[in-house]
Amino acid sequence: MPNASPFERLPNRSRAQVTVFVEDEPVEVCAHDSAAAAVLAAGLLPSRTTPADASPRAPYCLMGVCFECLIEIDGAPNQQGCMIPVRDGMRIRRQCGARDMHGEGAHDHA
Amino acid sequence: MTTPDYDLIIIGAGPAGMAAAEEAHRQGLRCALLDEQEEAGGQIYRAIGRAPLADERILGQDYYHGRDLLEAFERSGVDYRPGTTVWGIEDDLSLDVSREGVSQRLRTRRLLVATGAQERPVPFPGWTLPGVMTGGAAQILLKSSAMAPPGPIVLAGSGPLLLLVAAQLARAGVRVEALLDTSPRGNWRRAARHLPGALKNPSLLAKGLGLLREIRRAGIPHLKGVDGLEAFSRDGERLTHLRYRQAGESRERECRTLLVHQGVVPNVQLTRALELAHDWDEAQQCWRPRLDAWGETSRPGVFVAGDSGGIAGAQAAEESGRLAVLGIAGQLGRVNTEARDRLAAPVRARLAPHLAIRPFLDVLYRPARRFLVPEDDTVVCRCEEVTAGELRRIADAGCRGPNQAKAFCRAGMGPCQGRLCGLTVSQVIADQCNEPVAAVGYYHIRPPIKPLSLGELASLSDPDTPTRN
Ligand code: FES
Repeated sequence: MPNASPFERLPNRSRAQVTVFVEDEPVEVCAHDSAAAAVLAAGLLPSRTTPADASPRAPYCLMGVCFECLIEIDGAPNQQGCMIPVRDGMRIRRQCGARDMHGEGAHDHA
Repeated sequence: MTTPDYDLIIIGAGPAGMAAAEEAHRQGLRCALLDEQEEAGGQIYRAIGRAPLADERILGQDYYHGRDLLEAFERSGVDYRPGTTVWGIEDDLSLDVSREGVSQRLRTRRLLVATGAQERPVPFPGWTLPGVMTGGAAQILLKSSAMAPPGPIVLAGSGPLLLLVAAQLARAGVRVEALLDTSPRGNWRRAARHLPGALKNPSLLAKGLGLLREIRRAGIPHLKGVDGLEAFSRDGERLTHLRYRQAGESRERECRTLLVHQGVVPNVQLTRALELAHDWDEAQQCWRPRLDAWGETSRPGVFVAGDSGGIAGAQAAEESGRLAVLGIAGQLGRVNTEARDRLAAPVRARLAPHLAIRPFLDVLYRPARRFLVPEDDTVVCRCEEVTAGELRRIADAGCRGPNQAKAFCRAGMGPCQGRLCGLTVSQVIADQCNEPVAAVGYYHIRPPIKPLSLGELASLSDPDTPTRN
């Protein structure tokens, strides 16, 4: 469940709103937000836990460096939330634990 | 031999890339600009095309300067490909790029890397907790989503960006509880020596002083000489408290958002993947690709401009982007040497003050040792949860560098591919082995440079050319 302390929206010129579902709860966000921004707007902290120690994590750099924003989007795990724009109806879920990302080669998650 | 699709491909649509594209158009080069983001601007001018914040005073006029750059870039009509990831580069400068899940190979005669900067890693106890994020991340949310983090908010670290974020939050009416300055106290004294260079850029100095005044007037407590920063969680899920030492006393305070920053460093992921020669920059405590006066690297035909070639700021990035294109136009016979040098002279003159102030800023904002070489129990590689102590143990056991560390303890093997921990891993191992960082080296970055699905690999439209890896 999304919890308290969401990020606050300041007065802005964004017109287009879309609805995404964060852990099944509908959340109104701006059309240009990233999925990671939607996670923060919903207050979904932590947004994932690590495979190694199940330690709680959340988006950290928002510029594609740290991969802390990995989340499940529309059923697909390991999505880099800060690099993916929201879409109306997008379903975002917390990602828990181990995933086979890529190490030296590439793996298909499709 | 296939004819290249382009004279020049630029990677990165920040100030260096946008200015370079405009210059390439002026020099009559067939040019494409690839950018990973959906919107041009880089991090510094993020979302400048929409600029959603209603109150333009919040981000200040330096940000909106990006509009002029963007307009000139859009007028240039170069082949702009947003949302495009470069995941492989061949020896002949063919690029494997991916957009919306489809891969394609592009050929070019010259390549200009303008991938900018990233924030220096800021390892300290508790930095992995949700609620701790970078100052740059908070700024990106302001610029692209008009969003501010929940309070109580504390800022901690060192560097001009941290001061700017504090001022911007204050202008937005967002309460900042405290600004904890972790710069070592001796920095001011050491920096004073470089003041004559800094005075060649009086406007930047004045801006810095203006920010400090603004922070004071906004009533944000600006605590100097802060040490021993630690973040805690009482609920096991999120940041709830901070602890630090200041003026010889240990302090604790409630905190929901901690914004950390220790300066920016070149983003070397692509320049490393290209196996370019890099040097350790002792003053800036980071790697930088070795460049000539036009930004050409150790690999002929590959150029670097902007902060990915060494930190000098957004305005310098524009000028170095233009210089690189003049160098390229010269190589491709679009201008003769004389015309090239004549066109470059005013660009170099504008660049000079930005380079002159660097030694002063580098010393003034040099991070405390603890953030460069953290204590044993601090996590260094966030992906694989490897601590500094673990790195020291494997160094004692004979590990001589970051690439060996991958095998010893999986540091750098996670999804970020060492982007965030690379600098710290090199520095911790060098420190423990009593070696210069240059001798210890950096992660070897292999393609794919970005995680990629098999479906994308299969979609490569040119099946004749085998993919490395
Ligand atoms: S938050 Fe760092 S990569 Fe997305």
